[in-house]
Amino acid sequence: MIDPGKAVPQSTEKPAPLVAAAPKLMAGAIFGLAFGFLLQKGGVGKFNVLIGQLLLQDWTVAKIMLTAIVVGMIGVFALHHFAKVNLHIKPTKIGANIIGGLLFGAGFALVGYCPGTAAVALGQGSWDALFGMAGLIAGSWVFAELSGWIQRTVEQWGDLGKVLLPDLLHVPRGVFVVGFALALTVLLVLLQRFTSR
Amino acid sequence: MNSRANKHPPGHLIPKRASYVIGALALLPLCVAAAGVPNVDSRDYPGSAWSPYLVGAAIGVLSWLTFYFSDEPIGASSFFAQIAGFLGKLIAPRRTASLAYFKDNPPCVDWEFVFVATVIAGGAVAALTGGEFANEWLPPMWMARFGDSIALRAVIAFGGGILMAFGARLAGGCTSGHGISGTLQLNVASWIAVVCFFIGGIAVAMLLFKL
Repeated sequence: MIDPGKAVPQSTEKPAPLVAAAPKLMAGAIFGLAFGFLLQKGGVGKFNVLIGQLLLQDWTVAKIMLTAIVVGMIGVFALHHFAKVNLHIKPTKIGANIIGGLLFGAGFALVGYCPGTAAVALGQGSWDALFGMAGLIAGSWVFAELSGWIQRTVEQWGDLGKVLLPDLLHVPRGVFVVGFALALTVLLVLLQRFTSR
Repeated sequence: MNSRANKHPPGHLIPKRASYVIGALALLPLCVAAAGVPNVDSRDYPGSAWSPYLVGAAIGVLSWLTFYFSDEPIGASSFFAQIAGFLGKLIAPRRTASLAYFKDNPPCVDWEFVFVATVIAGGAVAALTGGEFANEWLPPMWMARFGDSIALRAVIAFGGGILMAFGARLAGGCTSGHGISGTLQLNVASWIAVVCFFIGGIAVAMLLFKL
């Protein structure tokens, strides 16, 4: 698959003003409304559904995420192939990804909501999400306090830069996308077959 | 009880004394609250209103649209960092301006900020139209395990939120930014992070609800 690179004008440079342009914010509001609506209908604003996934009892979260990945991946890579969208790749920093990931997971289990689903939970009247959201704000500040030190240490460990799975495995992107979509679909079929929820 | 507190995994992994203390303290009141309470099953409580496959596919399509129309991936956790930055600018402007994270990411009402703010509204619309508006301070499954103390829930959720935000910033994203947007772009960082989200999450959830 060709890589058109930055075929679409980038809009990611940090704007100097305090508020981004109105049309862009309007689009964000419409998409946010849709995302929150879908997550609530998917049951992932509910404490027991999210904790149920971590207890390996309720597989709703995995089913939603894997389906979103398959559908999203095919569309985004197709659009990228025809130079209609940019990819937004975060750099791989193995140490930070692993340590941060484990801490995130531990916090997720204690709160029972992740950042996006806490917003959904608040919307559906699960007021305990407010405690988690207050913690999220405080934790963001704690990270910022330590960010200088973290940049000099943890974020240096295993810094691979922006890298995709197909690049790492030296497989053409198009081939990988098709193969991976099939593999994840098989996984979804197995989940449906062997889980009660 | 001590062995359980010692086994708590997050504390060992962070060189930050503050997070260590929070992590260790978090489990002690939980041990007390849950002592002798039988295991609870999440499937005894309501699940999703719509098929998870339908919702997942729709979120996949939504990600095409955000990439195409907004040139943005779906994400959630930096919303909370923006709020922290705004509060910081209000309370301690010079300190805030001196921090590396806020130098690289100046607080701004941007696309993702509005996106997450309206996620709250979207959740409200879905719950109200589906007859699922909870209006409760404690999730029923939590109450079955840990009792009806809102203070206990507040302390644990607040501490967990601190860990979660710290982890998200360190890992570079959360279950949305890495878990959906990053994974669907086949980003190596995101697949590592998501696997670790679930390892950490499963470990602590099992400690909380299965012991």
